[in-house]
Amino acid sequence: MGSEENHLRRIVIIWVILSVVLDLVFWFAVGPHVPPGRMTSSAKDNQLDFNILMVIGLPVVIAVWEWLGYAAFKWNVRRKDMPESVGGPSAAGNKRTEVSWIVITSVVVLALAIFGTIELYVGNGSGGGEGPNPIMQPAGANTAETAALAGTGTWSPNSNQVLPVQVIAQQWKFTYRYPTFGGFESSDLILPVNTEIAFNITSLDVIHSFWAYQLEVKADANPMQNNVAFTRTEQLGSFVVRCSELCGIWHGAMFNPGRVVSQSAFMSWASSTETANATNTADLPPFAWTYVPDANGADGGYYPDNVVPYSPTEIYGSKQPS
Amino acid sequence: MTISSEQPVGVSVPEAPEPPQFVDPKPAESGWFSQHIGTAIICGFLGYILGHWLGNVIGSNYANIANSGQNSISAFMALLFMVIGWLLGIGALNYPIAKIFGREAKGEVEFTGWTRYLRYNLDHKVVGIQYVVGVLVFFFTGGLLAMAIRTELLNPTVHVFAADTYIKIVSEHGTIMMMMASSVVVGPLGNYFVPLMIGARRMAFPRIEAFSLWTFVAGYFVIFSALFFGGFPTGWTGYAPLQTQAGPGMISYLFGFAVISVGMMTAGFNLAVTIINYRAPGMTWSRVPVFVWSIIATAALLTLASPVLFAAGTFGILDHTAETAFYVTEHGGSSYLWENLFWFFGHPEVYIMALPGFGIVGEIIPVFCRKPLFAYRIAAAGMIGVALLSFFVWQHHLFQSGIDPDMRPLFMLTTELISIPTGFIFLVGMGTLYKAKIRYEVPMLFCMAVYFNFLIGGVSGVFLSDVPVNVTVHGGFFVLSHFHYTIMGGLIFAFFAGLYFWLPKMTGRKMNKKMGLWHFWTMFIFFNLTFFPMFIIGLLGQPRRVFTYAKNLQTLNDFSSIAAFCLGASFLIFVANLMWSQFISPEKSPSNPWDSLGLEWQTATPIPHYNFERIPVIMTDPYHYSEANAPALADFGKGPPVHAGSTTASSTDPDQ
Repeated sequence: MGSEENHLRRIVIIWVILSVVLDLVFWFAVGPHVPPGRMTSSAKDNQLDFNILMVIGLPVVIAVWEWLGYAAFKWNVRRKDMPESVGGPSAAGNKRTEVSWIVITSVVVLALAIFGTIELYVGNGSGGGEGPNPIMQPAGANTAETAALAGTGTWSPNSNQVLPVQVIAQQWKFTYRYPTFGGFESSDLILPVNTEIAFNITSLDVIHSFWAYQLEVKADANPMQNNVAFTRTEQLGSFVVRCSELCGIWHGAMFNPGRVVSQSAFMSWASSTETANATNTADLPPFAWTYVPDANGADGGYYPDNVVPYSPTEIYGSKQPS
Repeated sequence: MTISSEQPVGVSVPEAPEPPQFVDPKPAESGWFSQHIGTAIICGFLGYILGHWLGNVIGSNYANIANSGQNSISAFMALLFMVIGWLLGIGALNYPIAKIFGREAKGEVEFTGWTRYLRYNLDHKVVGIQYVVGVLVFFFTGGLLAMAIRTELLNPTVHVFAADTYIKIVSEHGTIMMMMASSVVVGPLGNYFVPLMIGARRMAFPRIEAFSLWTFVAGYFVIFSALFFGGFPTGWTGYAPLQTQAGPGMISYLFGFAVISVGMMTAGFNLAVTIINYRAPGMTWSRVPVFVWSIIATAALLTLASPVLFAAGTFGILDHTAETAFYVTEHGGSSYLWENLFWFFGHPEVYIMALPGFGIVGEIIPVFCRKPLFAYRIAAAGMIGVALLSFFVWQHHLFQSGIDPDMRPLFMLTTELISIPTGFIFLVGMGTLYKAKIRYEVPMLFCMAVYFNFLIGGVSGVFLSDVPVNVTVHGGFFVLSHFHYTIMGGLIFAFFAGLYFWLPKMTGRKMNKKMGLWHFWTMFIFFNLTFFPMFIIGLLGQPRRVFTYAKNLQTLNDFSSIAAFCLGASFLIFVANLMWSQFISPEKSPSNPWDSLGLEWQTATPIPHYNFERIPVIMTDPYHYSEANAPALADFGKGPPVHAGSTTASSTDPDQ
């Protein structure tokens, strides 16, 4: 008598209490510490996204687990013989339950998709790789990127300019090129704080993935393709870059540390490295978004992909190995 | 009034024209000198040698692979001829070859002894058992490799394996498990029980059915051969420039997937045709068991998605042998071509590895709840919906790969939409459990574990589908944990539920309940202890397929590794149970031990060769558990003795 109501009411009450408690605990105790932290705009935004998904996901998980547990403890028979039948013919379905289930799940799912799309646009692509022609990008990115390729790009502290950085992946190492500083190459990834960074990621051989963990940037490095990802550095500190796409036997060893430093410290590091590396930079192929191995094969160096028709002698002159 | 069929006396009847006479083909021979797995192995071996020699004749000094002493043409032709030799040796090609030369093929001998399991047998029940053995061998091979992976990950700096050995192990583990999982339910349980559940005497294409099994086994040998060729470094995804760069082991991967995809295509095609055309009279679409719904949805995916894998693998082989440039970016190809072809197959494949599990759970839960399946139509609609949508989500694997940025919101939307029909499965399960009378038998526990695990897998899938969160979790241990929760926590648990549930029907022997409970609880607990920490490991920044990792993650990795060893040990309990209950101390099972209403339980045990003496006429759906006087499921007496796949059995009918 009324036991149906009681079961459901009890389940709902337990569910509401558990959901509210766990959601609050998660949001306030765990949420702010969800990795990878809040070092950049994309890290901050994506942490918020993760936490919102958790707050929606936890009640779903609790609902199903609670239902399973409740059924397991309350609705069982511990007898050897066949239990008598329950439910009658009407147990085979209930239109109201079915329709409300479909409506509720659809609403939640569509809301999540819309929310995710908005976050993706607002967050300038959320730190993910957008391919060679990004459509979600911070103001000034296009100008900075065009100037960088032309070799006329500049960057100075407190100018609020976008800083283009090229990430060149190869088996099994990342190299970084700073086009606004004469295109010098460095094994260290040093970035200025409070700056929009445009990572231009490419590969010289197989597919790698540039994963600057604490920066919350992840983009595949494809041979002969530029993959652009944006983020804004917001905290000083060090971070780790790892390759997250299997790229051969030393994939596990393909990582390097990096640092976010103050704008003035970055400026002095970049200028001094530019000067110190000047002779090496002169030997490098001219700055381009992508590079391919030249006709002499693996040890012959690389030439910029966008020079057509290809003439290594024209580009390198006497430096072209015979 | 009855009509006498006797000829009236004194009336002459014109002679009926002679029916066309067929020469009765000689039956195939039996015994040592007939075709069986031994001849298949010998022919496969000879084929390997012949192909290798021929390949060297054609391709030496032309397609040599650096530092391997191999050339890719001979590596490929060796494997190709090995598979052809294997199929010739087992007898898979006897029929088509005979037909090509206009001859009648030899008839099939109905072997009754245990040796029929070593032959090219056309009985779907024999094929089902052969598949059980096949997938278990596949599964335990992959499982041992997983143990090796977890051993290496015990310590971030002390290495058990060399870096290249480790990556080979990872790749081989992934590929073997994916190949196994795409057939783990469809092969054994699908082939065995679909005809029984729809009231048919056989599969629509028994030869194709057996062919799919033996190509599946050949695929195992091909992918396993990679280890002898120095392995392949690409993981199961085989991304292209690395694939082009890799040594002869890569040929095993590409050709292995091509072979397996032929097996998947044929198995799916055969099942789909069987389910559509061989249903017994009265088995309308609204009475088809939910397991059959899941199999037809899977069959559609197998038939439509596998050809893409076959094409992708063929392109890769051509790149290696014929110097084409499908995936070589520098020469006008594209590494994105492989990524898209692979995942266009790969995402339907993911649901090939989920839907049959849903079907098993939907089939078993009502039996142990004594309640009808809740919202049967929603369950069927959910499976068809998942199958349809699964073709429109593949680029979510490429969110960060540099695809057109406009595609990212679109594929985020389709991916999140697919969780609606997947959610139907939970509605069905939770509705059936509501106020049920649950009997705790081993299959039921496995089914409840499927809901427990798949929920985590599904919810973490929503995290992965959200592009901003995907930036964190893509390519790390989070996604690794996610798909182990869906495939192992969902499909493999469901597979074991199905085995414990149906083995008594398949073999006529009970499984030991006590050992079954031990197996379940160890597997369930250690599965969760192994894989749940991996979500955290992934969030803390450990990429997949690495042999070194951050020092601060060692505790979590060690925890996961030790749980993984215990998880591995839990399967020893299963093997012990299988050996004990089926071979050492068999106990006869009643013909319907769980009091199921399903059609497959209404035949005798052991199941007669032609399943049903007469084709049953189906009266209602099989889920009337809640009614004290449930209507009879089927009429077994008055059905016509033909149709529904009947062939020659009418002559053996006692009534005729």
